Amino acid sequence: MGVAETSLSSHAVRGPSWDGRFTVLILFLPPALLLFTLFVVLPIGEAAWYSAFNWNGFGRPTNWIGFDNYRFVLQTRAFWLALRNNGLIIAVSLAIQLPLALTLALMLAERFRGAVALRMLFFMPYILAEIATGLIFSFVYDGDYGLVASIWRAFGAEPPHLLASTSTSMLAVLIVIVWKYFGFHMMLFIAALQSLDKSLVEAARIDGATRSQTLRHVVIPLLYPTIRLSVFFAIIGSLQLFDLVMPLTRGGPADSSNTMVSFLYNNGISRMRVGYGSAIGVILFVICVTFAFTYKRWFMRNE
Amino acid sequence: MSSANTARTPFEPAMLFKAVFLAAIAILVLVPLLATVLGGFKSLGELRVNPFGLPRHWEWQNYADILFSGRYWQLLRNSLIISTLTVTMTLIVAAMAAFTFAHVKFFGSSMLLSYLTLGLLFPAATAVLPLFIKVRDLGLLDTYFGVALPQVAFSLAMSVLLLRRFFKDLPYELLEAALVDGCSYIKFFRYVTLPLSRPILATVGTITFVNSWNAYLLPLVMLNTDALYPWPLGIMVYQGEYSSEWHLILAFITLTILPTIILFLLAQKHIVAGLTAGAVKG
Repeated sequence: MGVAETSLSSHAVRGPSWDGRFTVLILFLPPALLLFTLFVVLPIGEAAWYSAFNWNGFGRPTNWIGFDNYRFVLQTRAFWLALRNNGLIIAVSLAIQLPLALTLALMLAERFRGAVALRMLFFMPYILAEIATGLIFSFVYDGDYGLVASIWRAFGAEPPHLLASTSTSMLAVLIVIVWKYFGFHMMLFIAALQSLDKSLVEAARIDGATRSQTLRHVVIPLLYPTIRLSVFFAIIGSLQLFDLVMPLTRGGPADSSNTMVSFLYNNGISRMRVGYGSAIGVILFVICVTFAFTYKRWFMRNE
Repeated sequence: MSSANTARTPFEPAMLFKAVFLAAIAILVLVPLLATVLGGFKSLGELRVNPFGLPRHWEWQNYADILFSGRYWQLLRNSLIISTLTVTMTLIVAAMAAFTFAHVKFFGSSMLLSYLTLGLLFPAATAVLPLFIKVRDLGLLDTYFGVALPQVAFSLAMSVLLLRRFFKDLPYELLEAALVDGCSYIKFFRYVTLPLSRPILATVGTITFVNSWNAYLLPLVMLNTDALYPWPLGIMVYQGEYSSEWHLILAFITLTILPTIILFLLAQKHIVAGLTAGAVKG
């Protein structure tokens, strides 16, 4: 009796539950896998395939040219300019944006009147669309009507057209990048500061450490994981920057403010040079993935 | 960090420096935004001599003309359709996949999960040409779905990760009790998991919505007809048409970022939590 009862109840639990799990498995997983494979993974593989052809996208690709597209890309001066610009964005993110975000986070993680309002204000540029931000700043920089022009005129100087000069266009874009993204990094640091173990900070204070000593030897080291994360986002963000550049400069003048993606757009997509554009895409993909894996291996091993 | 520090000292030069520094940054953030909103109320002539200050004559006409034109509302409608499609499909597809990863142990489960998270490593732009050809071959070019489906695919990685973690953290006893009472996995998902997961669904939904609402590259590549353009494309066309009539462009920008700012003020918590926590756990 006892045996029969237990076997019956265990059947009642295990039987339907395994069936249920199997149904879940065959109903719930395929939509995600299918969409992801179709629109994310396959296109990457196809990019590698198309990049071996000289193809305008119509009919089937037939004109096999091997690695020529890669050679053409690497021989284009604009490609190296775009790569340099991505490097500049990363440098500015690390040298200016990150310290700024960290300083603001340390100030605003404390509780005082207005702290929350300031956090929200500083975060606001991040949620604005890149396109809107770019347009706002193309007004700010406008040589006739813009804010910068009016400041210049107030000093009696001839207003510059910052976005129209090869020597200043990238600088102008970099300023907008910092303006738009510092708030995001600040929020990362604030979130980290608020989950810090406060007893460590208090212990340091009790042991007689000054404010700046506590900061340097306790708080900042505790923030290292977040700093590494912030650097990671800055670099990945730089590699995919596009929307912001288009309304400001479209990558010009003379390719001086192209990023990798705007270079890809201007040279591959807008002219439907599928093979050439795919080669740029593959190069960008390799850079992103190599970077992500090495960075994770070297700097984020424990996370 | 601790509130005790602030009250303790009566005056420090450091406090003054801090106040000045914060005020300076606040001004740098605010001035371009305010100048945009106010610029929409000025005439072109006044904009040139007075880009910073309050308008001497408030030109409500600039805003009224845009609000009474069909164009503005059509752009918002298109954006709303694309974003709603994207959010709905992302939530359904990602929640189902996340539920499977959280509760069903099967061979290859962790491998499939890392396969999905590959999507976090590279931007959609890398494969946008083959993506264009695929969407064209599927006959989805110049349709809302042609934009929404790839957006869903690219938001899956982050969404599945966030949802799976939340589903796993729900008390396991709930599932055991439900199964003993004869509830199926699918019913459990529908009637227990989803209702309990409203906060994370709201967070994931908000991130996906903001990303889709602001997106530019995918609609730019997939759409050819003006009538289907979401607002980021539409505003670029508008700027092209009114190239230096900045007062009109500024009014148009203000009206198009207004929904984002209203949403941000209403759903700050979800947006900040989603965009930062989502980032940290990714």
